[in-house]
Amino acid sequence: MSVVVRAESLATVEDVWFAYPLPDNGRREVLRGLNLHLLRGELVALVGTNGSGKTTLLRLLAGVLRPDTGIIRFDGRALGDWRRLDLARRVTVLPQQLDLPVGFRVAELVEMGRAPHAQRLFGATQADERAVARALADADALDLAHRYGDELSGGERQRVLVAMALAQEPTLLLMDEPTLHLDLAHQVAVLATIRRLRAQRGLTVLAVLHDLNLAAAFAPRIVVLDDGGVGADGPPDEVLTPALVERVFGVTVDEARLEDGSRHLALRL
Amino acid sequence: MRAAAAPSVTTRPLIGGPTLTRAALVLGGGTLLLGVVVVVAVAMGSVGVGLGDTAAILGRRLLGLPLTESWAPSAETIIFELRLPRVLTAMLVGGGLALAGTVFQALLRNPLADPYVIGTAAGASLGAVLGIVAPLLLPGLAIGAASAWLGLGIVQLLAFVGGLGTVLLVYAVARGTGGTPVVTLLLVGYAISSILAAGIALLMFASGRALGAIFGWLMGSLTGASWVDLAFAAPLLALSFIFLLARWRRLNVLLLGDAQASHLGVEVEREKLGLTMLATLATSAAVAISGTIGFVGLVVPHLLRLVIGPDHRLLLPASLLFGAALLVVADLGARLAGGIPVGIITALIGAPFFIWLLRRSRAIRPVPSP
Repeated sequence: MSVVVRAESLATVEDVWFAYPLPDNGRREVLRGLNLHLLRGELVALVGTNGSGKTTLLRLLAGVLRPDTGIIRFDGRALGDWRRLDLARRVTVLPQQLDLPVGFRVAELVEMGRAPHAQRLFGATQADERAVARALADADALDLAHRYGDELSGGERQRVLVAMALAQEPTLLLMDEPTLHLDLAHQVAVLATIRRLRAQRGLTVLAVLHDLNLAAAFAPRIVVLDDGGVGADGPPDEVLTPALVERVFGVTVDEARLEDGSRHLALRL
Repeated sequence: MRAAAAPSVTTRPLIGGPTLTRAALVLGGGTLLLGVVVVVAVAMGSVGVGLGDTAAILGRRLLGLPLTESWAPSAETIIFELRLPRVLTAMLVGGGLALAGTVFQALLRNPLADPYVIGTAAGASLGAVLGIVAPLLLPGLAIGAASAWLGLGIVQLLAFVGGLGTVLLVYAVARGTGGTPVVTLLLVGYAISSILAAGIALLMFASGRALGAIFGWLMGSLTGASWVDLAFAAPLLALSFIFLLARWRRLNVLLLGDAQASHLGVEVEREKLGLTMLATLATSAAVAISGTIGFVGLVVPHLLRLVIGPDHRLLLPASLLFGAALLVVADLGARLAGGIPVGIITALIGAPFFIWLLRRSRAIRPVPSP
């Protein structure tokens, strides 16, 4: 499978192989010749089984891991040619798990998102202040600004993580299961916020999601990781068929058509 | 909810760290406290010199103020040649240990971390003990080596080299393929410290009449403080202070964990190595001229975190000032108590105060766990 690098591509992954070294000198292969391109301003949901390499792909795109072979480009330039700091000004990761350090107030935590943009040795610039205020407002976290980060509920924490990511003012936002540990209302709220922000700020978003129906409702493009590569890629209606779910996840599902014509997958236990 | 929060947001700046008033209060208060305890500590001792005279002598000799001599010449000698170097040593060592402790606690994300935790103490101690014992075994060689170093004792030199070298060794051993995990660093530090401790014990066993000197050094003491020692340690300490204070932002970001710090643009491995080496430089320089004084580097950072919070922007300079003031006071106590090792005093006054503060604080907020 070859990828046509289009002019509007923001990030491209070209024939990337990646394996984690194991303690016994073996290797655990995760990605085997993966190809993917993300268009500027796109909203993409990434799904796949546990261990299929979703988080690995995010870490590769963030430049934290380097591919064994193959190349990843951001803005047309190979990731290896980017300085860590310059990349951090453009690519943000909203991690799956983040222990907020104790004793910091939310505003101070969100200010840490400004670290790659820091210009003053000890203070903050007006641009920093504006970015933090806007990030707090956009993530619906203004009312949390003076609370301590370690005293928040799960839903509040997630809003703070989103605010930290937004303060970084990224072009590409990589999210690793942003809805993990959230109840249904908070899952919907976080994803709705991300969708609104994508439109408002022209963000490009790649989000790892577990719930297939949620992914279908959230993103106009679904990428399914399977067998070290892209197993399927396209609009949810074309991608998330019972046949694919059975092949990739090994689970039998029924499909139901909703009134608006969209597909709903129902688990059969 | 947001409407209710709006006024507090507008009246209180969202970011920019501690307000200027708060920073001025903490750092100004710390500076003032340090100045006062320095003058008091210089004035007090077995030969009393009045506070006014002390301030006048310091003012004339250090600041060049045109003050008339209203004091005995012996007072000036005592203050300038004996007490002042000792008090300045206490100041630098206390500040250095507290600052290094703050850095190690954040870097290792471990509340039990102190400046000695990854091998500095064991390495410096072995160096110092070697320096104490060697002249007994090889007098000619040791005297030659000692005099070569501008009068700086071989004990100080070996302690400094031992501390710095041990941390380099620990780092080299701990370094795996994919970086340096905190736990590995701590465990390797512990293992290598144990090996060195065996060497120290062996030397102590074989030392005979030098045992007293060895013991005094291990307890930590400022008895031998001199201008020569200060001239060696002060530039090293000042250098590490400047570079550490400038790294507050990266230390804060590292509290989010290695992965997130990396996402925020920090070259994590390089930064951790740099911070470790700077903090070890300060520790080794401090230990070289004072022995292994315990407690200051462990407790001062915790005390300050409980009172002013964990933001390194304020925490780093504050630990420098309050660590310095604490050790000056503790050393004064040690002198007035008949010259007992200062480490005993730091534990005796520091620990109960620390327990009291822990009990009254709203919630115990030590360092975040990994």
